[in-house]
Amino acid sequence: MTAQPTRRMPLPFPIAFRASGALVERNFAAARSYWRTFVSGFFEPVFYLFAMGVGIGALVGDIQVDGRAIPYAVFVAPAMMATSAMNGAIYDSTANVFGKLKNSKLYESVLATPLQPAEVAAGEIAWALLRGLVYSCAFLLVAAVAGFVQSWWALLAIGVCTLIGLAFASLGMAATTFMRTWNDMDYVQLAILPMFLFSATFYPLDAYPPVLQGVVQATPLYHGVALVRALMMGELGWGLLLHVGYLLALSAFGLWATTRRITRLLMT
Amino acid sequence: MALIEAAGLRKAFGDFVAVDGIDLQISAGESFGFLGPNGAGKTSTMRMIGCTSPVGGGTLRVLGMDPTTQAAQIKARLGVVPQQDALDEELTVAQNLAVFGRYFGISRAELYRKSGPLLQFAQLTEKAGAKVDTLSGGMKRRLTIARALINDPSILLLDEPTTGLDPQARHILWDRLFRLKREGVTLVLTIHYMDEAEQLCDRLVVMDHGRIVAHGSPRELIRTYASREVLEVRFDVPDHAQKAADVDGLADRVEVLADRLLLYTHDGDAALDALTDRGVHPQSTLVRRASLEDVFLRLTGRSLVE
Repeated sequence: MTAQPTRRMPLPFPIAFRASGALVERNFAAARSYWRTFVSGFFEPVFYLFAMGVGIGALVGDIQVDGRAIPYAVFVAPAMMATSAMNGAIYDSTANVFGKLKNSKLYESVLATPLQPAEVAAGEIAWALLRGLVYSCAFLLVAAVAGFVQSWWALLAIGVCTLIGLAFASLGMAATTFMRTWNDMDYVQLAILPMFLFSATFYPLDAYPPVLQGVVQATPLYHGVALVRALMMGELGWGLLLHVGYLLALSAFGLWATTRRITRLLMT
Repeated sequence: MALIEAAGLRKAFGDFVAVDGIDLQISAGESFGFLGPNGAGKTSTMRMIGCTSPVGGGTLRVLGMDPTTQAAQIKARLGVVPQQDALDEELTVAQNLAVFGRYFGISRAELYRKSGPLLQFAQLTEKAGAKVDTLSGGMKRRLTIARALINDPSILLLDEPTTGLDPQARHILWDRLFRLKREGVTLVLTIHYMDEAEQLCDRLVVMDHGRIVAHGSPRELIRTYASREVLEVRFDVPDHAQKAADVDGLADRVEVLADRLLLYTHDGDAALDALTDRGVHPQSTLVRRASLEDVFLRLTGRSLVE
């Protein structure tokens, strides 16, 4: 018998999750068979951008935000970018994960290898983020070419979209572990759609009475939209860190909950 | 030193006690079987050894390590063949091997070198580029075993490896397992079929209701718990219990089953002659060597495959 291997020390993210990379590789290999879905995920927000920004924008004209008149498309583009980050993350972490959890039993065989539940969660979420990253870059490029971006700070919006993705993917995966049938997936849409419509996406927050403003400000997409909008319009302030903090806290909670749930479901 | 050591190992799910304090010692190079009906606690035990189920009580050491704190290190040196194949249906045969190897952190270059011989071992070389869902049951099983060998495991855990396969596929699989055994891989199997246990296991334990009720080599178990031969007699009656008196005193022990009587004796032919001399003429008779099935029947009072 050889000497016992040393106990693995807890390492900081992302080094501790090196093993998760193998799961990302696995998803990449599998994605080749559904690349059409992958491509269509890019077009949805772009279609929205042009329908809302150009179409509705022609009717609305400029709108007043913080005492400044801006074209409607400039106002809506950041919201579409944030929303697409949310949608991409949600798709990968709910429907995709549910299929693997229930039908293919993928995680059971993965957990028989050196990967542990936290690494499985991190791997799946990292995949969702990578996919979202591709979408964010493509969207920003289209929006910039169309003239809807006013500041170089917008490049940071790519990072922000990854953070939005992290928050939604980790929460989405945690929620998925509670689902019993495909029908339960409807609850996800029930949560996502109102956020898409009401998170100061299509009109400024001050259109709401104060009570409703509070409700909107409590939801995660609002903070994502506010961040991306500030960056794309070049209006920076320390207040933005509050949004970052909110999304970081949510992500941490989601990762913790997902790991715990996977452990409870599969390591029985 | 034992590769797997358990003392008072327990596992409960709520009120149900799946594993009720078992002791085990499995040595390197051994082929060790868990035998028992569904719900006996075999799979629960295997999953605790495989570090995918927390130890419920007692102690367990696998490869000298503690599954509670060193799961990743233990799993790095195990090969696991679960009851259901759980292959990656979205990938091809070759990708299944390669991706699985990556979970173990094996380099792509090494995986490239390894997959050829493993595909050959599984007799799937021609199927390398095929999607998994196009494979037959036997092929899937062999791929699952090949996949479990990607990390050159010290121990291969197989949970009912041949369940659901046709006879030909079972024989191919046995052949593959024999090869591994000759190469010195420690095999730990749960088994549902007695003939399989006799073929594959050096040593086995019989489990029932979460406990080990007997242990030894197949031959030892037969010698201890059964006779050398068995005379099976069938009558054309709805209930064989009413015929038990007819065979009374002809054998060391008589087992009454729903469809036949089993007479345990050192000489089956002599018992049959004695039965004929009594003027009893069964519908059919069979003299055979005692098997593990008889051991199981004796120990648990029921047959293994119902």
